[in-house]
Amino acid sequence: MNSTDLIALLPYLTLAATSIVVMLAIAFYRNHKLTVFLTLAGFVFSAASMGYASGVLPREVTSLFIIDRYAFFYLGLVLLAGFVVAAISFSYLEKHPGHSEEFYLLLLFATLGCTVLAAATHFASFFLGIELLSVSLYALAAYLRHSNKSIEAGVKYLILAAVSSAFILFGMALVYAEAGSMSFSVIASRAAGPEVHHLPFLAGIVMIIVGLGFKLAVVPFHLWTPDVYEGAPAPVTALIATMSKGAVFALVLRYFTRIDIHQHASLLAVITVIAVLSMFAGNFLALLQTNVKRVLAYSSISHLGYLLVTVLASGVLAQAAAAFYLTAYFITTLGAFGVVTMLSDGTRDADSMDDYRGLVWKRPWVAGVFTAMLFSLAGIPLTAGFVGKFYVVAAGVGSALWMVIVVLAINSVIGLFYYLRIIVVLFTRTGDESPALQRTSRSGSLVLAVLTILLVLLGTYPGPLLDIIKETVLF
Amino acid sequence: MLELKLNQLDFPLLSLLIFLPVVGAFLLLFIKNAMAARWVALVVSIVELGLCVPLLLNFDSSTAHMQFGENMPWIAAWNINYCLGVDGISILFVALAALLTVISIMVSWTAIQDRVREFMIAMLFLEAAMVGVFVSLDLFLFYIFWEAMLIPMYLLIGIWGGPNRLYAAIKFFLYTLVGSVLMLIAIIAVYFAAGHTFDVLALMNYKFSHTFQMWAFAAFFVAFAVKVPMFPVHTWLPDANVEAPTAGSIILAGILIKMGAYGFLRFSLPFFPDAALAWTPAIMVLSVIAIIYGAYMAFAQTDFKKLIAYSSVSHMGFVTLGIFALNLQGLEGGILQMLNHGVSTGALFLAVGIIYERTHTRQIADYGGIAARVPVYATFLMIITFSSIGLPGTNGFIGEFTILLGAFLHYKPYAVIASLGIILGAGYMLWLYQRVAFGKITNAHNEYLADMNAREVVAALPLVILVFFIGLYPNAAFSVMHASVENLVQHVNAKMASAPAVTQMLSTVVGN
Repeated sequence: MNSTDLIALLPYLTLAATSIVVMLAIAFYRNHKLTVFLTLAGFVFSAASMGYASGVLPREVTSLFIIDRYAFFYLGLVLLAGFVVAAISFSYLEKHPGHSEEFYLLLLFATLGCTVLAAATHFASFFLGIELLSVSLYALAAYLRHSNKSIEAGVKYLILAAVSSAFILFGMALVYAEAGSMSFSVIASRAAGPEVHHLPFLAGIVMIIVGLGFKLAVVPFHLWTPDVYEGAPAPVTALIATMSKGAVFALVLRYFTRIDIHQHASLLAVITVIAVLSMFAGNFLALLQTNVKRVLAYSSISHLGYLLVTVLASGVLAQAAAAFYLTAYFITTLGAFGVVTMLSDGTRDADSMDDYRGLVWKRPWVAGVFTAMLFSLAGIPLTAGFVGKFYVVAAGVGSALWMVIVVLAINSVIGLFYYLRIIVVLFTRTGDESPALQRTSRSGSLVLAVLTILLVLLGTYPGPLLDIIKETVLF
Repeated sequence: MLELKLNQLDFPLLSLLIFLPVVGAFLLLFIKNAMAARWVALVVSIVELGLCVPLLLNFDSSTAHMQFGENMPWIAAWNINYCLGVDGISILFVALAALLTVISIMVSWTAIQDRVREFMIAMLFLEAAMVGVFVSLDLFLFYIFWEAMLIPMYLLIGIWGGPNRLYAAIKFFLYTLVGSVLMLIAIIAVYFAAGHTFDVLALMNYKFSHTFQMWAFAAFFVAFAVKVPMFPVHTWLPDANVEAPTAGSIILAGILIKMGAYGFLRFSLPFFPDAALAWTPAIMVLSVIAIIYGAYMAFAQTDFKKLIAYSSVSHMGFVTLGIFALNLQGLEGGILQMLNHGVSTGALFLAVGIIYERTHTRQIADYGGIAARVPVYATFLMIITFSSIGLPGTNGFIGEFTILLGAFLHYKPYAVIASLGIILGAGYMLWLYQRVAFGKITNAHNEYLADMNAREVVAALPLVILVFFIGLYPNAAFSVMHASVENLVQHVNAKMASAPAVTQMLSTVVGN
C-alpha cells in the first residue's frame, strides 16, 4: 500500500476518522448539537475528498477493494443518504427521552459498511461491509429503548439478518472450497469454466443469493420488511430502505453484469422469478395496508423488483438505468420517510392514515412534499421517479424482455392505486383545518425542500446526472 | 415529407403559450386573497387566449409543414429534444383549449368558494399541459405533458368535486394510466426500432415492420381509446364528468377527450398506417357501438350531467368513425366534429353549471317549465341543444354530415347504422330540453330562479357565436386544416402503397 492507495481511500478514511472523533466527543462532552454537527461535517468532508481522490481512479487497493467511478457513484449516494438521515434525525431524537448521541455513531458505522460494499471485490471486504452495516442496524432499529415496537423490530432484524449472514458465510465457504479463491474476479472467471456445474459451487452461489435476497428484501426473502419498517424509528427505516439496499444492489449489479447473466439460463430464470414475484407481492400486499410505514415497506419491495429488471437486462444501458433509478429511489424514499419523521412526536411515529388526514390544509408545504414524493414513487412525469421508470423500461425493451416489462407496467398501475389512496387522505377535509401548532424543525424542512427540488430537477432536466452516470458505468 | 418550419415570429410563441400559465400559477402562490386569485387567473388566461390571435393570424394554411417551430436539445444522452410546432390540426385545439380555459375560470367565479387560489393554480397548470400536448413534436415531451395533465385534473375532481369525487378521481386516473403505461412501452420500442429518436416528424417517415406496427399500434390504441373514450373503456367518463366541478367537466369533455382522437391523427395513423388499415374494421365496429350505445344510455339517464357524458360517448363515436374512414371527408369531418363537440359539450356543461349553482340539483326531474322564468338561459340551452343534435345552420350539422359522407365512401353499412345515432341524438336531446324548459313548474324552487347574469352571458357568448360561425361558414375551420389533412391522407396512402408484402416483413420487433 502506498500513498496513492491512501488517496484513493480518502473518503473511507474520512468517514472512519469522523466515527472516532464523534466517539471521543461523546466521551468527553456529550452534546446533541455538537454530535450532529460533527457527523454532518464528516459526511461533507468525505464527499469533498471524493473530488480529490477521483484523480487516481480507477485503482485496486490491496486485493480487497476496487475504487473506481462506479464505486464512487454509489459512495456519493450513500453519503447523501447518511447526511439526510442525520439531518432529519436531530429533531426526531430531541423529542425522545434518553441519550441521542450514539445514534450518530451507529449511523456513521452503517454508512462506512455501505461504502465498503460498494467497492468490495473480495469475500473478506464483502462480509466486513455486510456485518458492519447489519450490526449497526440491529442497534439502530432498537434505538428507542422505551418503545416495545422498536425493540421488536431490532430483535426481528437481528435474527433474520444473522441467519442471512450465516447463509452468506456458508455459501462463501463452499465457493472458496471449489474455486480456491475469495476474489470476485477469480470466482467470476471460474464460473465460466466447468466448475460451475459442481454441486458445492452451485449450492454456494445459491446460498449467497439467498443471503443477498434477505438484504434486498425481495420476494420470497421479504418477510421481515414490514415489521421492521413499522417498528424501527422513522429515520432508521429510511436508512434501511435506501442505504442498505442501495449498497447491496450496487454490489450485486457489479458482479452480475460481469458474469453475463444471459449465458446462465437457470440464474436468469431465478432472477426473473424473484423480480416478478417482488413486483406483484409488493404491490398487492401494499394494497391491503393501512399503516403508512408498512405501505412504504411493501412499495420498496416492488421497487427492488423493478430494479432487478436492470440486472436481467444487463449491459451498459441497464447499468446506467439502475444508477439513475437508485438515485431517484434514494431521493424519493428519503423524502417520504423524512415527512414521516417530521410528523412523528415523542410517543409514536406518524404511521397511521389518520395522521395524514387533511394534512394539505394544516401543513400545506409538508403535504406538498409528501405528494410529490408519492407521485415520484408512482412514476408520474415531472418527477425523478418517472425518468427512472422510463430508463428501466428502456433497458428492458432494449433487451427485449417483453414479459417482464409488461409485468412492470401492470404493477405501476397497481402501485399508483395505493399511492393515490394516501394522496386522497392528504386532501380529505376533516372539518378541523386550523394550522398545526407543532413546530416544524428548520433543518428537516431545509433538507426536505432540497430533496423536493432535486426530485423535480431530475424529473425535468436529468441531463447532467445522465452525463455523470455515463462516466461511472463499467464496460 | 413534413418538415419543421422555424418560427416565423421573432419570439417563441409556442413556448410562451406553455409557460405563461405556469408563471401565472407560480404568481398565484404568493396571493392570499381569493378575489385577487380569481382576477390573476382570469387575466392570465385571457392573455393566453390573446396570444392565440397572432398564432392564428400568422399561420400559413397553404402548407402542411409544422410551423412556429422551436427545437432545442433537452436530454442529449437520449436524443430527446424540446421540439414544438403546430400544423392545421393542432392549432385549432390550442385555440380551443385557451378559449375553454377562460370560460372555465369565469364559470368558477362564484361556484368555487373554497381554496380558490389552489383551484386556479390547478386550472393554469392544466392549461399549460393541454397546450403542451398539442404542440409537442417529440414523443418524450408529448408523453410528459400527456401524463402531467392527469395530476391537476385528478386534483380538480378529487378536491372540488361532488360527493362521490374520490371514487371518480381514482377511476379516472387509473383508467388513463393503464393506457398510458402501455403507450410508454410502445414509445420506447419505437425509439429503439427507429434508430434512437423521439422526433415525431422523423418517425412519420420511418417505415416500421408490419409485426412491429401491429403491436405498437395496439399499445398506442389502448392509450388513446381510453382517452376518447371508445366503447368498452368509456366507463370512467360518466363518473368523472358527473363528479367534477363545472370547470373540470368543461375541460374534460371539451379538451381532454379530444386528445385521444388527436393521438390517432398525430401518431397512430402516420406511424403505423398498415396496422391502422388492418385494425380499421374492428375500430369501425367499436365506433358504431359507441354511437348507438351512448345514445341509448343517454335516454335512460336522470342526471343532467350523466346524460351529457353519455352523449359525449356517442358523439366521439362519430369522431373515430370519421378518422378511421381514412379519407379526406372522414378525417376533416372528424376533426371538425372534435372542435364542435368541444364547443357544444363545453357549452352544455356550462349550462348545467349555471343552473346547478342556483338549484344545487342535477336531476332532470327537478326542473321543468323554467323557460318562462329564465328566458335567456332557455334560449342559450336551446341553441346548444340544436348544435348538439346537428341542426342545419349549426356547427354540429356540418361535422356529422361530413363524417357520414366520408364513412359512406368505404363503409356503407356502418354509415347507415351511424346515422341512426343522429336520430337518437335528436331524440334524447329534445326530450331533455322539453323536460327541463317546458311544461309546468313542478318544483317550487324554480319559481324564483334568477336568469343568467352578465358574467355568465359573457362566458356563454363566444360559444354561441362559434356554434353559428362554424355552422354557417365551416370553411373557416376547413381551410385551416385542409392542407394538413390532405397531406396526412396522402402520407398514409403512399406509405401503404410502398410497403413491402406482409410475408417479407417478419423482421425482428426491435431492430436496433
